[in-house]
Amino acid sequence: MTLPSAYTEAPARRFNVGERVRVKLAFPPGHRRTPVYVRGKSGVVERVCGAFANPEELAYGFDGNPKRVLYRVRFRQRELWSDYAGSESDHLELEIYEHWLEAA
Amino acid sequence: MKHHDHDHSRDRSFDDGPPSEHEIMSRAMQELLEAKGVITAEQLRRRMEQFDAEFPQRGARVIAHAWVDADFRQRLLVDGKRACAEWGIDLEADRLIAVENTPRLHNVIVCTLCSCYPRALLGMPPTWYKSENYRRRVVREPRAVLREFGTVIPEEVEVRVHDSNADMRYVVVPMRPAGTDGWSEERLASIITRDALVGVTVPDAKR
Repeated sequence: MTLPSAYTEAPARRFNVGERVRVKLAFPPGHRRTPVYVRGKSGVVERVCGAFANPEELAYGFDGNPKRVLYRVRFRQRELWSDYAGSESDHLELEIYEHWLEAA
Repeated sequence: MKHHDHDHSRDRSFDDGPPSEHEIMSRAMQELLEAKGVITAEQLRRRMEQFDAEFPQRGARVIAHAWVDADFRQRLLVDGKRACAEWGIDLEADRLIAVENTPRLHNVIVCTLCSCYPRALLGMPPTWYKSENYRRRVVREPRAVLREFGTVIPEEVEVRVHDSNADMRYVVVPMRPAGTDGWSEERLASIITRDALVGVTVPDAKR
């Protein structure tokens, strides 16, 4: 299901493709790129995108270092929305920085 | 049909009325950059022309090529940015993830946080892509939103939504429709619409 990928490796990462992770259920103020609808939800790492400047720092004029490992996480739609009306097999994928993830 | 299904006059509606605060800031910045010799008005005009005319055609050309060249298609799926670079296209984003539709999977793209979009490949995003309505609804009721675009995905086909919320950009690789055997890449590109590359429609040979 997961394609071979030429994306940047992130050697010091905490999670690997296929591992179950949970997005932290937290509501800190400031610029965050973790949509509220996935906070507290569990999914599976779909790919490791590499290490990227931290947008939570960039937003305020800092250099974004240290970089953060960015993952794509796949969620079952039924996990995200209790009233999801589509098919059981429907999914949603999005990008989450490592400091927002914990092992599930 | 030469015309696309979007309404240019609506895209331009912000030109009417008094300028917003952001427009004033943008104009002030432009004038400063010109005064300092950083950019010229000609460069800016050329850039806008590219967004309007040249960039939207790029995505269709790349996907038409992927339809006829299996090796290129594989390279596109593995590393979209590098595959586009083969065509001299600088995506201006760090990464491009191409997601492939199959008889069992339909992909659709959104940016729920703002309007991230592969502009150097598809031009400027359409108004509906930026609308709060699309961004809020397509993640939680994608099948209903797709139906409103006239796209009915059978229950047994998975619908997969990709929220372009951080550093990746996305393009859908639609399935090549039946009835296009022997078509040239140019003719194939003519049925690959922007909306199909976002995943809200699928290409149709009878367009």
